[in-house]
Amino acid sequence: MTGLLDLGPHAGFIFACYAITLATVAGLFAWLAADRKALTAALAKLEADGVRRRSNTPASGERG
Amino acid sequence: MTAADRPRGWLAALFSRELRLSLRSGGGALIGVLFFLAVVTVIPFGVGPDLNLLARIGPAVLWIGALLATLLGLDRLFQADRDDGSLDLVLIAGRPLEIVVLIKCLAHWAGTCLPLVAAAPVLAIFLNLEPLAIGAVTLTLAVGTPALTLIGAVGAALTVSLRRGGLLLAVLVVPFSIPVLIFGVSASGAAVSEPAPFLAPFLYLCAITLIAAVVGPFAAAAGLRFSAD
Amino acid sequence: MDLANPTRFMSFSGRLLPWLGGACALAFAAGLYLTFFVAPDDYQQGATVKIMFLHVPAAWLAMMCYSIMAISALGTLVWKHPLADVSARAAAPIGAAFTFLSLVTGSLWGKPMWGTYWVWDARLTSVLVLFVMYLGLIALWRTMEDPIRAGKAAAVLTLVGAVNLPIIKFSVDWWNTLHQPASVMRLDGPTIHPTILWPLLTMALAFTLLFLVMHLMAMRNEILRRRLRTLQLGAAGTRVAAARPQAAE
Repeated sequence: MTGLLDLGPHAGFIFACYAITLATVAGLFAWLAADRKALTAALAKLEADGVRRRSNTPASGERG
Repeated sequence: MTAADRPRGWLAALFSRELRLSLRSGGGALIGVLFFLAVVTVIPFGVGPDLNLLARIGPAVLWIGALLATLLGLDRLFQADRDDGSLDLVLIAGRPLEIVVLIKCLAHWAGTCLPLVAAAPVLAIFLNLEPLAIGAVTLTLAVGTPALTLIGAVGAALTVSLRRGGLLLAVLVVPFSIPVLIFGVSASGAAVSEPAPFLAPFLYLCAITLIAAVVGPFAAAAGLRFSAD
Repeated sequence: MDLANPTRFMSFSGRLLPWLGGACALAFAAGLYLTFFVAPDDYQQGATVKIMFLHVPAAWLAMMCYSIMAISALGTLVWKHPLADVSARAAAPIGAAFTFLSLVTGSLWGKPMWGTYWVWDARLTSVLVLFVMYLGLIALWRTMEDPIRAGKAAAVLTLVGAVNLPIIKFSVDWWNTLHQPASVMRLDGPTIHPTILWPLLTMALAFTLLFLVMHLMAMRNEILRRRLRTLQLGAAGTRVAAARPQAAE
């Protein structure tokens, strides 16, 4: 345990560095996850409205 | 045989067209010099009228003023030609676009930056520079401002399709102009302070201008082609 | 395996991501353990040397990310690879974040060691310029509507930046310097002690894996975004086509 507690006189700076790094990385992950959620939701909504990708359109074709 | 058909005739024709346009359109050259004057005028109000201090920071002030005045005029480099369709004509005409960009940059420099270089000695007197420093600043500006125009041409080409690209253009170009600023200011400062050499940073400045003359037109031409198709 | 096809890339990266994420978590566990329980304090810098295990990997990733963007820019302009532009665009915000981290941890390390948060030293200044360039690229991408055109413009700017970065580095080196010289990547071998070097290398590996995970996630999002845009444009097109006969009547 001595390793964690004994950070010398500048413990605040070390702690701040690790906290900021953690916050930035967590923020990036949160942004990536939120972005993905929004995009998949929008795509699902479009699919529900009947819009298909060319590759997914049935060969017989609903639009004739 | 018209002037445009002779070999090299079209280069001279293009240069004189660009130069006349840049001098005529709303007094572009004059506005640039006025902006330069405005920047230099507000500096003493910011740092105080101490003549010794002004003499020490004078070369840097003149360089920053010239940089800002150059940035201000850059968005006009390709914008008008795109709006009236002459950029598409140049692209269709099959002339090497890199050469066209280089000529346009030279004409733009002659119309916008050369007046700044000419105004620099006068403004240097306001900043209490000694004659040797005035000569050095004017010389480094004359050698360095072409690099600013050529680097700026890349940003101007990339933002040409944007409605209000002027601010983005400045943000994109400023990081690239840092080496020019460093060597320009250190060469003009070195001319006054004894131990520092003048020639070495001055030659680096010349080298940067030459590199910009190669990289700038190629990158700007690539940017213009991509924005056209 | 043909990864140029976005659909195949999506399924491949979907299978790869959990493995990469697990490896990343393991590497971080090992790296943090080594950092806090094995690595000794520096005899000069004391415990603040622990900041190095964040600062150096972040700075290394800031540069690696720009190299990846430059290679992707070549891929966009020369080989017209469909994923190159997606890769570059996905890398830009991550690169900016790591550059920001290296600046912040550096200045928090500088305060106790040099007595100031910021100096206009060569290394710091060129990293700051790199940060501004990342932000400029992101701004350019966000300003242009058409993703293909924006990608090409950003690729040109990225490549010009790749030419300019060594020049900036070299000119600011000449201008002012205080930062310590390179001590890991040297021809005559590392000059730092193994008890510090191994934790540092582990943390660098962990950060690199972290970057790969984020980059893959961002690329997948970017592909979805483009798919969505195409679908929306297509849907708008069919609606216009369907509306036209009625309008003509």
